[in-house]
Amino acid sequence: MGKLYDKLTQDYRVKEGLKACINCGTCTAICPAAEFYQYDPRQIVDIVQSKDDAEIEKLLKSETIWYCGECMSCITRCPRKNAPGLVIMALRNLSLELGFFIESEKGRQQYAINKSLCGNILNYGYCIYPRTFTSALHPEAGKIWEWQEKHFEDVYSRLGANLDGNGRGALRKIPQEDLDELKRIFDVTGATQRLESVEKISMEKAKEMGLTEEEYFMKIFTQTEKDHLNH
Amino acid sequence: MIYEGKQKIWSDYQKDIPDDHYFYVRSCIRQSIFPASEMVFLDITRNKLQKDFFETEHHTTCGGIAYHSDAIPQETAMTIIARQFALMHKYGYENYVCSCITSFGLYTETLETWREFPELEAKIKEKLWESCKLEFAKPKYLAHASDIIYKFRNQIAQQAKFKLINKKTGEPLRVVEHIGCHYSKMFPSKGFGGAEYPYVLAGMIEAWGGEVIDYPERRHCCGFGFRQYFVQTNRGYSLSNTHKKFESMEPYKPDMIITNCPGCPYFLDRWQYVISETEGKTYGQDGHGIPVFTYEEVAGLVLGYDPWDLGLQVHQVGVEPLLDKMGIPYNPENKFKGLNNKDLGRPELPSCASL
Repeated sequence: MGKLYDKLTQDYRVKEGLKACINCGTCTAICPAAEFYQYDPRQIVDIVQSKDDAEIEKLLKSETIWYCGECMSCITRCPRKNAPGLVIMALRNLSLELGFFIESEKGRQQYAINKSLCGNILNYGYCIYPRTFTSALHPEAGKIWEWQEKHFEDVYSRLGANLDGNGRGALRKIPQEDLDELKRIFDVTGATQRLESVEKISMEKAKEMGLTEEEYFMKIFTQTEKDHLNH
Repeated sequence: MIYEGKQKIWSDYQKDIPDDHYFYVRSCIRQSIFPASEMVFLDITRNKLQKDFFETEHHTTCGGIAYHSDAIPQETAMTIIARQFALMHKYGYENYVCSCITSFGLYTETLETWREFPELEAKIKEKLWESCKLEFAKPKYLAHASDIIYKFRNQIAQQAKFKLINKKTGEPLRVVEHIGCHYSKMFPSKGFGGAEYPYVLAGMIEAWGGEVIDYPERRHCCGFGFRQYFVQTNRGYSLSNTHKKFESMEPYKPDMIITNCPGCPYFLDRWQYVISETEGKTYGQDGHGIPVFTYEEVAGLVLGYDPWDLGLQVHQVGVEPLLDKMGIPYNPENKFKGLNNKDLGRPELPSCASL
């Protein structure tokens, strides 16, 4: 039994999600990601239960652990009540903790994700917040969103929301005391430390690539160079 | 299978939902994309059904989207959730209802994990006190907001002004129901009908006069995929999954789609726009798209709310073909007006103007 395997088994998602995989491949058959990407959850779970640290380390540095969409369809179908999706979450968590995420193109995207989602949580109290969900970064949101964006206050008022307002209602301004509590939760549960660590490692990578922070963000957000797709 | 056996299996997937007195928490995506749906949910439950649904401005995101995008550790998500539960307790409630399916799945996962690993629950209790000085509590009952509308679907039918029936032909409307993956795929016993035969939306459709369409990819994910959508270069994953569903449902000629997850109606609506822009293809009749609705919007239409009060103007796929079929009156001139008829101009038309 290796040290990486030991660390994985400390994660409650592995305790819950990996009992005894019989390698039947039902998870791969049902998986939306396996149809789209070069991705095989059966193989990943098999590597984890092999307890082979060298192979697990390769996994933690690989592209493949970042392909899952976390729909959790695999859980419904596994005949042994395993949860490959939860095992993937634990692998990603360990890859981030150990800094191995920086070795893969899909893993490096974590910096952009952290910046946008955690920025929204800590600044506004929401994972998604309309003023940061821009048409420029989300052209697929359509002509209707472009119009809405030009008239946020008027449109949200018309729809009964309370955008940035005091009191209750959709999109209300969440009081500062509550945002402060979210920040303290981040501090005491390891999220702040995780965000700082991912940022530090990512900025070192940006420097190595000769990119500014903004250029690095846009590169990982808009470009992939490897072939990830299942042809 | 013998009838009694079938009944026993079905009874495993029924939920006995409390009648009244809920602590309501909102959804990040619903508030941003279809906020009127939450407004109409509270109006129906409070004013049409005379129930107590309490909301406080102090609740926040549950962190679920960040958790499933790998941006925050499990203990962080669990402590945010413990804070939400603590607020419920502080305001004197025991029944917790959330607007979001990602939240519902994560709340369920959290409660089940705490049940199985009490030492983790004890740790989160400490973290909650350390960060927020709040008293730890767990809900007596956890519901998704669609469970509530399902529970009262027959009362809503009794007050109906319109039905899911084609007014011209008298035939039931053909409805695709799409259930968010995290409603019951992870914990089948927590959803009406489980993961195999989820009934939460089908029950509403049948009660309101429509006909449910069964099609091959009925249970396939809408394609959200969390990081597979938020990172622009990954969005092909999301689009491909939606495309797969539409190709599969197209031969069954749906009149409409109804969803119970905040993300799914956005993806099923907006990716139709992208497919029409890039491929020139639309899936509805006469060059239209297939209108996609939240279950709150459909309940609102059935009860006779004005379509523009329900927020149907902020859908990219036009809803008018469905309103016409149901015989619901609407004023096209008011569609994009603000409060007090304020002129806000009009959105540009997509390339497929009939979408």
